[in-house]
Amino acid sequence: MSAPRLLDAGEAALIVEFGTTVDPALSDRVLALDEALAADPPQGLRERVPTYRSLMLHYDPLVLDRARLADHVMRLAGNAAERAGAASLWTLPCCYDAPHGEDVAELAGRAGLSPEAVVALHAGATYRVYMYGFAPGFAYLGGLPKDLATPRRASPRPPHPRNAVVVGGGLAAVATVPMPTGWYVVGATPSRLYAPERAESFFVAAGDAIRFEPVDAATFDALTAREASGERVARKGATA
Amino acid sequence: MSALIIEAAGPAITLQDGGRHGYLRYGFTAAGPMDPLMHATANRAAGAPLDAAAIEISTGGVTVAVEGGPVGLALASTGFRIALDGEPLPAAVALTLEPGRSLVVRAGDIGSWGYLAVQGRLDLAPVLGSLATHTRSGVGGLDGRGLAAGDRLPVAEPRAGEVSPHRLIVPWLDRNPETIRVVLGPQDDYFAPDQIAAFLAGPWTVSPRGDRMACFLDGTPLKHAKGHDIVSDGVAMGAIQVPGNGLPIILMADRQSTGGYPKIATVIGPDLGRLAQVRGGTRIAFWAVSVADAVAARRAEAEFLRGPVPREPVVRTDFSSDFLLGLNLVDGVTDGRGWGYDHR
Repeated sequence: MSAPRLLDAGEAALIVEFGTTVDPALSDRVLALDEALAADPPQGLRERVPTYRSLMLHYDPLVLDRARLADHVMRLAGNAAERAGAASLWTLPCCYDAPHGEDVAELAGRAGLSPEAVVALHAGATYRVYMYGFAPGFAYLGGLPKDLATPRRASPRPPHPRNAVVVGGGLAAVATVPMPTGWYVVGATPSRLYAPERAESFFVAAGDAIRFEPVDAATFDALTAREASGERVARKGATA
Repeated sequence: MSALIIEAAGPAITLQDGGRHGYLRYGFTAAGPMDPLMHATANRAAGAPLDAAAIEISTGGVTVAVEGGPVGLALASTGFRIALDGEPLPAAVALTLEPGRSLVVRAGDIGSWGYLAVQGRLDLAPVLGSLATHTRSGVGGLDGRGLAAGDRLPVAEPRAGEVSPHRLIVPWLDRNPETIRVVLGPQDDYFAPDQIAAFLAGPWTVSPRGDRMACFLDGTPLKHAKGHDIVSDGVAMGAIQVPGNGLPIILMADRQSTGGYPKIATVIGPDLGRLAQVRGGTRIAFWAVSVADAVAARRAEAEFLRGPVPREPVVRTDFSSDFLLGLNLVDGVTDGRGWGYDHR
């Protein structure tokens, strides 16, 4: 196991790079260091941002010296090979039917599958939350079945609604905020991975696992109403 | 309760405090001021915490009044045209706005952003602990959007300020925009040495299509040594990414929290505001410094804001008719909405 590389991102951020690829083993090392720093943070460390293969550390250089941060990180990185905390498995309801699964038919055509097979494959997989990025609560998910891996569109489709469940390239995601995208919209979840007014604004952590449980449009509407009233409709644990 | 009333507002006028920190790991960018030094200077001059919410004023301009009682204000800008009921004022000024009077702020020949801070506290509900507006996700400020005519911003604990307008003596805001200091990396190893040299020397022309999310540069495209795709990693404010077309994009306050293009260098904190103030069409180059040099610059900058902001009473001078004619709203400035471009 090689030592991580330290890369400066200006004078107030340091990237601890474990590798350059998407790989669950690299992600485990990133998250192990993330946990170790959460338990033993040097004064002046402001934010930790885990990505697929690196941990970005934002710090106040007037409080925390770069060399001291580097020493601290390398000491913890040497000790923290494994995550101490257990990852959670979340089950998110997902409606693949019209009008939510806007691009299921198109994706099926590209993948040479029936629409039913696309839904069965997507809902049958367990996904790893690698990281958040791009927009608040936008979770990048690994573990997409290979048969659903499809190049993203060359030009973006029109904006999708909130909480769209999307696939693109070899990844899946929950796209919390409406925006144009090159990804394919296969469904929507009534669960809000990001709800700024909720006490726990974000409940899924990097390293957690997600499964999608198919629901019909009427159930989607009912769950959306419950979510809007403050309930969290995502369940911790596997589907029955 | 006293309140600021927005009588007119161009596009991209938002409330910004020091930023919504702690949520980058959830994909949520801090937002906050484009020119952190100028924002903090306005707050210091108003006697407010350095990271308090203030109005960030674009070149679109704004007209402000008060109701309920006088409110002390401090306005920091370089080159903006300011007038109180038609009477010209300096570009950086502290004053007390009385009900029935209007403070007009318009773009001048230089500068892209100005800041209006209040003596008191803007009494709005924070989101995730902050009033910083991030329009792309519709969060912060007033309903997550830019300010518009008719908006009312309640001021808690308002204090009257200077009895007569005072010019703020803030020479640290007069910054040379031509050379921007950077720390190389984090992905400078994606570029050959001659391309690093070409990047630093430029010159680059700042594109007029920039906004709170990014500053786009035009010039001779850079060549990548190892391709232009990387597996996404974190992005700092000031990160200079080089996408496939070889033209650098500098990611600013409303940037995405992660990105998938190599970042050749990162603008140092003390030069973020200097860069943000540059208008489209300006030519710039870069100067590589060490982390230690950048920290020293940061330390020097912090000294400016240690004590009260010096000021002197405004002495009435002649302002040209150009000045007065310039006090109209600028149209057609980007409103900062839309996701712009996708660099996942």
